[in-house]
Formats: sequence, structure tokens, C-alpha cells
Amino acid sequence: MTAPESSTPDTITPVLTRRWTEDASWTLETYERTGGYEALRTALAGQPDQLITLIKDSGLRGRGGAGFPTGMKWSFIPQGSTGPGAKPKYLVINADEGEPGTCKDIPTMMADPHSLVEGCIITSYAIRAKFCAIYVRGEALHPIRRVRAAVAEAYAKGYLGRDILGSGFDLDIVVHAGAGAYICGEETALLDSLEGRRGQPRLKPPFPATAGLYASPTVVNNVETIASVPFIVAGGSDWFRTMGSEKSPGPKIYSVSGHVERPGQYEAPMGTTLRTLLELAGGMKDGVPLKFWTPGGSSTPMFTAEHLDVPLDFEGAAGAGSMLGTTAVQVFNETVSVPWAVMKWTEFYKHESCGKCTPCREGTYWLVQILERMVHHQGTPEDIDTLLDVCDNILGRSFCALGDGATSPITSGIKYFRQEFLDLIAEQPTVPRPEQLADIEAELAEPTMNTKLSGASA
Amino acid sequence: MNELTHVRAKEIIARYPVARSALLPMLHLVQAEEGFVSQAGIAFCAEQLELTTAEVSAVATFYTMYKRTPCGEHLVSVCTNTLCAALGGDDIYARLSERLGVGHEETVGEPGTTGSLTLEHAECLAACDLAPVIQVNYEYYDNQTVDSAVELVDALRRGEKPPPTRGAPLTDLRTVELELAGFTEDEVVAAAAVAGPSAAPETLRGNTIAAERGWAAPALPGEHPALPPLQEKK
Repeated sequence: MTAPESSTPDTITPVLTRRWTEDASWTLETYERTGGYEALRTALAGQPDQLITLIKDSGLRGRGGAGFPTGMKWSFIPQGSTGPGAKPKYLVINADEGEPGTCKDIPTMMADPHSLVEGCIITSYAIRAKFCAIYVRGEALHPIRRVRAAVAEAYAKGYLGRDILGSGFDLDIVVHAGAGAYICGEETALLDSLEGRRGQPRLKPPFPATAGLYASPTVVNNVETIASVPFIVAGGSDWFRTMGSEKSPGPKIYSVSGHVERPGQYEAPMGTTLRTLLELAGGMKDGVPLKFWTPGGSSTPMFTAEHLDVPLDFEGAAGAGSMLGTTAVQVFNETVSVPWAVMKWTEFYKHESCGKCTPCREGTYWLVQILERMVHHQGTPEDIDTLLDVCDNILGRSFCALGDGATSPITSGIKYFRQEFLDLIAEQPTVPRPEQLADIEAELAEPTMNTKLSGASA
Repeated sequence: MNELTHVRAKEIIARYPVARSALLPMLHLVQAEEGFVSQAGIAFCAEQLELTTAEVSAVATFYTMYKRTPCGEHLVSVCTNTLCAALGGDDIYARLSERLGVGHEETVGEPGTTGSLTLEHAECLAACDLAPVIQVNYEYYDNQTVDSAVELVDALRRGEKPPPTRGAPLTDLRTVELELAGFTEDEVVAAAAVAGPSAAPETLRGNTIAAERGWAAPALPGEHPALPPLQEKK
């Protein structure tokens, strides 16, 4: 087999999304008709370690936000008949999609659940797991139905259960519905939740690779990551690397939302820029200029119109001072107030903070107090410094990445739009007594003032 | 809790290597039974899993989908996270709250009766390309406006069940909670629910443009390439 010719791939490269346009795309019949479960046969004919090497060679990196090399994660699972390798191993799929702006895994599970299921079987074989749990966000009801139906079809066809396709490999998959908690997207909180506890993160180390689900070796991977696996088996690592860059190879589902003419899902090679995505999405809605955007959800520091040509891969986004995150590209135009948007996001983090560690629990509470006061025209010039000081005490001092993420909109918002915060602070209404706040809020509800405040556009 | 609920609780436990993993689905199960997670529901879960009621309460109160007071026939969740809010989600929530005369997690109508609704503002519902979004019993109603949202809740109040944009034909919150626990009352209805609409035009926009412009991913090789050789163990 020769390596595919190296040439620039097309602007849109449907791989994970290629079946989405098929009739009844979610059924086993459609999946098999379009080449589904052939990769599983190839995988089961090989040795588990060959699959780990394949995924390492492909350069696949986790699609849940952090970008950890997937093959390396799999290779950390201890193997062998004695010591830690003798424990049962588990595969857990993080399908708790809830990072603001992120909407790629839910359409994947709705339209092509078998890619995920086949990926789970191949991955479980590679890491020698006999039990796999797909933890789906509870509010994602229709994806839960589709994935459960796909799992049932896979059992009926002998792709799951005992002695899969005569290989001697056994696997059970459970589709587990969550119950509404953003924090469960953090992998160790997800594991606690899956064990029937409050979803609170664990101190690392030990990492899930050695002490994960039920204190056993566990791989936790995102939906998009694992759905990529059958395609890599079918295409090989060279094929996968024809898309994207050396360090961030492959295709990626970019979810473009907000003030654009055609929001939607665009699967393109890693490293695609906002300029290209905006062109695909028909440009800014009604021609109103771009003000700020997130490259990968609200936890990734915001970008501005200066960043139109930043390659959206792991290195490109980090090099420009943000993170690739989940490639949830949320686009906001000039009508939206940055302090208001930052306040809304901070209210989210405060609501979702699990309460386990003090910097995040207390910090997000006070950040909301300050931002709400500011947006209600009661800010003081010291507020910006106080916000940054509180952020400084959360970032790197919280138990998990939720706290770090909570600081991203604030610090990046102030970095790029400090003057807007200062102008808002300067707009002090006459408030001799705080109890008059209710009257002022009523006044602000008038349409003329409201547009200035909330940034809501028609 | 009736006998069927006991049987189902045992079935949930049997799915997992360790019994306690059954707690979240079991709480969905008791919510399906009673329309909320009652003290009796908590005691039932504790008994099934040999936990204390304090341990179960600690879990039940952590997750927003477990409701502590009786809910309406339908749960109406309006996304008011930043992006939906900027596109009108805040206005939608404010208008519905005014229209129904209830606030967050409050119910209009006698809980459980036809046309009763529980309203909530929700965090990001992972449908941002279809913003602003509303879920009714976790089925998606995409691209809402203040007017369409008012029409939707008015229809629900009249006992109608307008079809979601994506998802299965609308049922009620308790039926959906049973599904989340992993059970369905009617196999035929369940099969039809799976077949409901899924991809919205927005979901397929990348594919549509690719088809128009003749774009595709690099072709997969005709045969699967050989897996890489096993590496020597050091």
C-alpha cells in the first residue's frame, strides 16, 4: 500500500460527517452499506498493540478540548497478567457535551451513532477492556435513543457481547444518561458520577490510566476522538495525516454559531482559519462587523477580528494566546456588550462550579457579584483590578479546569476590551441609595437602554 | 414504588460491574414514577443500593435534572447562556415567564395534569448553531423567536403536543425520564421515536457546501492498509 499523494486537501473534508446526509443515517443497515464495521474486522485480525501503534502513528489528539495524544493515552494502560495489568480495564466515553458553544458530539451521536459504537469496540479491544460506558449528557435525549438503538443493533449482529466475530474478544457497552451537571465533562468528575456519586473532580495523580473507574485502569475519550478510530483503521495513519498539520493532524468538526449568515457544522482539516469558516458560513449576519469570538467554547480565551488568520489547530490557537478547545466557534458582532457577555458566562461557571474547592466556589461567586454590579451601572474603577486579582487566585489554584476556564472570558475580555469596561464603569447612574436599584433596573428594561446593556439583537 | 419499579431497579443494577453506578439511572426511574424525586424515591434508591438516604440525597441534590418538587406534564427549558441570550434567549425566557406567570423551576397548572408546565432557564443545550433553542422534555425546538416560543407554550397549555424540530414526537416528562433510565413502555412507540427527525439543515451545511463545490476528504484507500508491525518489547 503506497502512501496517498501529498496535496492540499479540499476546504471541507467530510469524514466523520460524511454519512450524515444518508437516509436513515443512524441505522446499522446504512452504516454497513457505507463500509461500516469493516474496520472492526481488520482490527480484530490484528494484535491490540498494533492498534495502539496505529493510533500513535496517526497523531490523533483528543477532541474533547485538551488535545492529549490518543495513542499515548491508550499505551498508559498497564497490561499483563500480574500487578496493575491484571485488574479489569475500562473504556469510558465522555459524551457530556456542555461547554458553551459546543455542539458537535450531539449531532454525531444523532446522525451516525455506529461510528462511535464501532470506535468503542476497536478501542476496547486495543486497551483490552471488556466493559465500556458511554456517559451521555442527560439533556441529550435523542442522541441517547440513537446510541442505545445502535448498541442494541450491534449486539444483535454479534458486534458486541461474547466472542465478537469469533475473535474470542468479549465486550459489553452501557449507555449511561447523566443528570445535568457541566462539571461531569471533567473526566474524573465524570468517573465519580458514573460511580453513582456527586460529580466532583478527583485529585490527580493518580490518573485514570492507573486508577480510573472503580479504581481500575481506564481510558476516558471524547465522542469525536473515538468516532475517528474506525476511519483511521480503514484509511491508515498516512491517509489521516493528509489532513491537518504535523502536530494536529486529521479533520475536525468546527461548530460555527452566532452572528453569521449560515451557522452550522463544518468538518474541515485541522488548522482552518476563522476567515475561511466565515466565508463558508456566508459572512457576518446582515454585514454587521465581527467584534469577538471564541475558538473553542467559553473556556477558551476570546479572540477578536485581529485573529481571523490564526490556524485553528492546537498549536495555532495556543500560539495566539487561546486554546483550540472543542472548536466551538461562537461569533459575536458589534451589537454585543463584552462586559455583558462575560457576565453571562461567569454566571454559568458560578452555577456549574461543583463546590469542592474554595478558589472556584468562592471565586466564581464574587466574580458574578462584581460583573452584575458593573453591568447594572454600579461599577467602580477598582473593579477591573479586583476581577483580575480574583482570576489570578483561581487560575492554577483550582482543583480542575472548570476554575481555569471561568477566568478565560474575564481576562481575555479585559485584555482586548478594557476601554469598554472602563466606559461602562464611568456610566454611573445617580444612585444615592442601593435600594433604588430595582427602580433603575425597571428603567433599564426600556428598549432604548436595553440594547445598550444586553446586546440582544433581533 | 410498585413491583415493576422494583424489577426495573434490579435490571439497572445488573447493567454495571458495581451496583452504586445504578444510582443516577435509578433516580431517573423514581422521577418517572412520581414526577419528581420525592423522599420516598430517595429512600427507595437507598434501600436498593444499600446506601443511606443522606448519601442518596447528596447525589440527588447535585444534579439539575432531578427536580425536588412535583413538575408539570412538560418541562420547558429555555437556554439563556451567552450565545442563545444574545440571539434572543433572554427575551424568550422573560416573555414566557410573564406569559405563564411563573419563574425558574416553577409550575403553572396542577403538577402532572394535562397542560401543566414547569419552566426553567437552562445552561448551554449544545445546539448553538440552532440558537436560540428551547427544549420541551429534552426534545429540541430550534431557532426560536419570542413569538414562536409563546405559540409553543400556549399549545402545550391547551394540551397539544407540537412536534419538535429534532427528536421524537413529544410525550411527557415522566415518559422521558423512564427513557433516560433505560426503559420504554411501548416497543413500537420506542422504535418510532428512534426514527424521528435528526439532522437540521444547519447540521448539514458543511456537507451541502462540499457537495455544491465538489469537495471531499482525501479518498480512503481501496483496501485497509496493513496494521503497523508489533514493536519489540524493551
